[in-house]
Amino acid sequence: MTVSVIQFGGSNCDRDAVRALAHLGVDAERVWHEDGLPDDTDGIVIPGGFSYGDYLRAGAMAARQPIMAEIRDAAESGTPVLGVCNGAQIGCEAGLTDGAFTTNRSARFQCEHVNLRVERADTPWTAAYDEGDVIEVPIAHGEGRFEIRGERLETLEADDRVLFRYCDADGNVTDETNPNGSTANVAGLLGARETVAVMMPHPERATLPDVGGTDGQGVLRAFSE
Amino acid sequence: MTGYTATVTVRLKHGVLDPEAETTQRALERLGFELDDLRSADRFEIDLDAADADEAAERAGEMADRLLANPTIHDYEVAVEELE
Repeated sequence: MTVSVIQFGGSNCDRDAVRALAHLGVDAERVWHEDGLPDDTDGIVIPGGFSYGDYLRAGAMAARQPIMAEIRDAAESGTPVLGVCNGAQIGCEAGLTDGAFTTNRSARFQCEHVNLRVERADTPWTAAYDEGDVIEVPIAHGEGRFEIRGERLETLEADDRVLFRYCDADGNVTDETNPNGSTANVAGLLGARETVAVMMPHPERATLPDVGGTDGQGVLRAFSE
Repeated sequence: MTGYTATVTVRLKHGVLDPEAETTQRALERLGFELDDLRSADRFEIDLDAADADEAAERAGEMADRLLANPTIHDYEVAVEELE
């Protein structure tokens, strides 16, 4: 498996992602978006950062770069695609998943550890966990509030597309455990295929034992199969 | 062709939380102003040449659909004025 970690101007978690994947024995390389998707790509990470300075809306510019059409095609043909933080915002803006990520309820940038409840364990991203497991992973974002309304929220829930919800250490999902005001405490969700996922928390920052916690490894293990 | 300025105003859909507007409102209140509510919006002024005002509005609307607004959270409106 060769994972392409897509770099836009302003991406800053690309090296972390490559390093975390290498730690799990997954071959990964950074790919500058203007160079297009390499032919041997069989996994894609859209990493965190501040692409295009978060101008207009976080992820809006990157989502409309030509490489995103290639990524959509790859996603539709079953290539695993993971968007993390800014990558999640880009993924949402590009239509890889439903909804939108916007300004935190606090109107502030928040950098802290959060607990996530695993809502499904039958996806490549969560096969290492059991349903209901609580994992601790860091967040670092100013625009991480997941917004989706009405019928689209009902569809998201009915189709079981929610992957992770913000919770407390015991797995209780409440307003107090919601760091940014996300609709239904959604921290991560699936696209049309279960091989496509976006999440605001950073699994690659909870993979190397030296940097505090390894709970995020399971997510990245989707690429080691 | 005629020169137009198309003004695209992008605002949050009714009911979508706007933490920046709430913060701004609180700051105004701290300055002693009395107000009931405050909403913020993004405004884009686009100069372009078009055959007529309808075409100018249509193109600006397409720009809003494709990039300036996110339909999940935003509504937008377009107003067109002929350039002097």
